[in-house]
Amino acid sequence: MSIEISDLKVNIGDQPIIKGLNLTFPKGEVHAIMGPNGSGKSTLAKVISGHEDYEVIGGKITMDGVDLLEMEADERSREGLFMAFQYPHEIPGVTNANFIRAALQARLPKGEELDAVAYYKQLYAEMDKLEMDRKFTGRAVNEGFSGGEKKRNEILQMAMLKPSYAVLDETDSGLDIDALKVVSEGVNRMRSPERGFLVITHYQRLLDYIVPDVVHVMKGGKIIRSGDKSLALELEERGYDWVLDETAA
Amino acid sequence: MSAAEATSAIDIDRSVGDFSYPESHEFDAGVGLTDKTIDYISGVKKEAEWIREFRHRALKIFRDKPMPTHWASDDLKEIDFDKIRYYLAHGQQPTRSWDDVPDDMKETFERLGIPEQERKFLAGVEAQFDSEAAYSNVKESLQKEGVIFVNSTEGLREHPEIFRKWFGKVIPTSDNKFSALNSAVFSGGSFIYVPPGVKVSHPLQAYFRINAENFGQFERTLIICDEGSEVMYMEGCTAPKFETTTLHSAVVELVAMKDAKIQYITVQNWSANVFNLVTKRGVAHENAEIRWIDCNIGSRLTMKYPGVVMKGRKARGEVISIALANDGQHQDTGAKMIHAADETTSNVVSKSISVGKGRSTYRGQVHIPKHLKGCKNNTECDALLINTKSKTDTYPAITVRGNQHATQHEASVSQVSEDQIFYMKQRGLSEAEAMSLSVNGFVNDLVREFPMEYSVELKRLIDLEMEGSVG
Ligand SMILES: Nc1ncnc2c1ncn2[C@@H]1O[C@H](COP(=O)(O)OP(=O)(O)OP(=O)(O)O)[C@@H](O)[C@H]1O
Ligand SMILES: [Mg+2]
Repeated sequence: MSIEISDLKVNIGDQPIIKGLNLTFPKGEVHAIMGPNGSGKSTLAKVISGHEDYEVIGGKITMDGVDLLEMEADERSREGLFMAFQYPHEIPGVTNANFIRAALQARLPKGEELDAVAYYKQLYAEMDKLEMDRKFTGRAVNEGFSGGEKKRNEILQMAMLKPSYAVLDETDSGLDIDALKVVSEGVNRMRSPERGFLVITHYQRLLDYIVPDVVHVMKGGKIIRSGDKSLALELEERGYDWVLDETAA
Repeated sequence: MSAAEATSAIDIDRSVGDFSYPESHEFDAGVGLTDKTIDYISGVKKEAEWIREFRHRALKIFRDKPMPTHWASDDLKEIDFDKIRYYLAHGQQPTRSWDDVPDDMKETFERLGIPEQERKFLAGVEAQFDSEAAYSNVKESLQKEGVIFVNSTEGLREHPEIFRKWFGKVIPTSDNKFSALNSAVFSGGSFIYVPPGVKVSHPLQAYFRINAENFGQFERTLIICDEGSEVMYMEGCTAPKFETTTLHSAVVELVAMKDAKIQYITVQNWSANVFNLVTKRGVAHENAEIRWIDCNIGSRLTMKYPGVVMKGRKARGEVISIALANDGQHQDTGAKMIHAADETTSNVVSKSISVGKGRSTYRGQVHIPKHLKGCKNNTECDALLINTKSKTDTYPAITVRGNQHATQHEASVSQVSEDQIFYMKQRGLSEAEAMSLSVNGFVNDLVREFPMEYSVELKRLIDLEMEGSVG
């Protein structure tokens, strides 16, 4: 049981962004992706989630053996895929509570109504764990949220939707030290043999909290090296050029 | 009340409204409009001579006035007044009990959920079928307090001393071509009088149903709230889908005396061949308040600019409106705020949504003359375009003379961004669900102004309209 990406090639317009990428992350594990700005990490996350702006010109992505590229973004989500956005979008006028409720409702068979009482109970419990004020239920999704509040809100949605696979795109950036801890604990609570994570980050610090099983280095639209968590420490010390050198050698 | 219950209580969605019964009218003024048509209508209603004269004068004005195509849509030319039927009825006396309503009409209103709503939350109901009310009733407790809630025929016949004074005074016959047309052939609509100090706690509701093809519905409503009284009036409208055009042209006049408060709520869901050309205006006396809360869905062309004339000091006027123009529809709506006394306040908030090739137009008029002091107006109009072919235009005319007033005007045009839709899809919502939720979000703050029973229904109507609008 895993998400398997093989020889993925993605263009934006005529511009190749991902150039033959291979990556597998199974349930039960946390994989981290690190890599320089512009190397294609967010592009990869969005392609896995089904953003239509990106043209997949080659390769495959499967989730538990099912071809993801054949599915619309919403179908992928309902099948158990979640992405925490690097830049979460605002939805004017739609309250957080209504939005998450609609997302859960979309997962139920037609005609079945979400139990509102149980829903709010769960929502409040998850918000308490993430130390989010109750007032965020009534505020429009991400509208006027601070950078850190938006990231916390992504984790709240993940906790409510309970995906099988989650791709977290720079969920740590913009968080203060305390928030980083709260958010990391939120992720750690969800770690389970039934769930796989792909964590995109620039900072080793996050990986002190969310300890990864595997660290990948992405550069120029490819995974150029994979290793255990010590790779992240090495990257922090020596930067990315060194990795490129080594693979080139 | 749960959402599901509320929805079943007011089922006025178009698929539900789209049915009709075979016609069997005892009273039929025939096709076309002549002096004879008017004599026929006036005759069957056994009207006083002054009303008959009022109608004839109005017909002349109607004929003399040109179509307002110089500023409004050319689509008006498509109305063929010679092909319309102006009066169709079973009788002129509504019953007080649903049991006495003829079967086809009773079934119609049952399918629309009206008797059920009456039991649940209304203080009074009038149900109009084509030209006349089939049913009309008001809670006994209100009758005892002196509240009058009848149709226009009965109002003019039984209570001329109350209604004649204001009838046609807020909106003169010659106001526009369609107010003249209505004045010539009006039938049905509500006449309401609330005595001083009486606060009607539950809403009064009228439901206007068009059942016949090639037909024009011309209801006439007059609401008078005496000093310090309060009322909330709600109207709903539907018609089945016919091949031919149908005309709905109402005149609604409101009078709020000193310290009185009137809220007039409309949820119209016309089928796409209805020309809906309605004139609505209220006069607010000292410290009185008139609020128009209006939701326009459906119709081929709606032209409607509810107005408030603030005649007494500290009077307040408000128009809150939501318009949704789908493919092939034009919602031409707005507001008219006439400040005629010191320290009067008006507020206009309009939100429109254009879907597919739908077009929405906002026309506002705010008038504050120089000699007044301390008047305030706030105007906000926001348009949301769903597809690239959707259209919107805004014509705000704010005439403020003198410098002792505060006015504020904001307008915006926005689109639902693709990234917003992607974000929502990533959470599992289909494109249509994402679009519906976004549209509901856009009007959310206004939907809250509607009573709960209506706001749930509004949300559902918007969802229905948004279905199939994407892709
Ligand atoms: N919609 C787009 N249109 C044009 N170019 C794009 C678009 N999206 C991404 N790119 C380009 O693709 C490349 C990869 O961008 P991506 O956002 O995937 O990088 P990243 O690895 O996530 O960077 P960062 O670490 O800064 O978040 C960049 O050069 C970027 O400018
Ligand atoms: Mg990125």
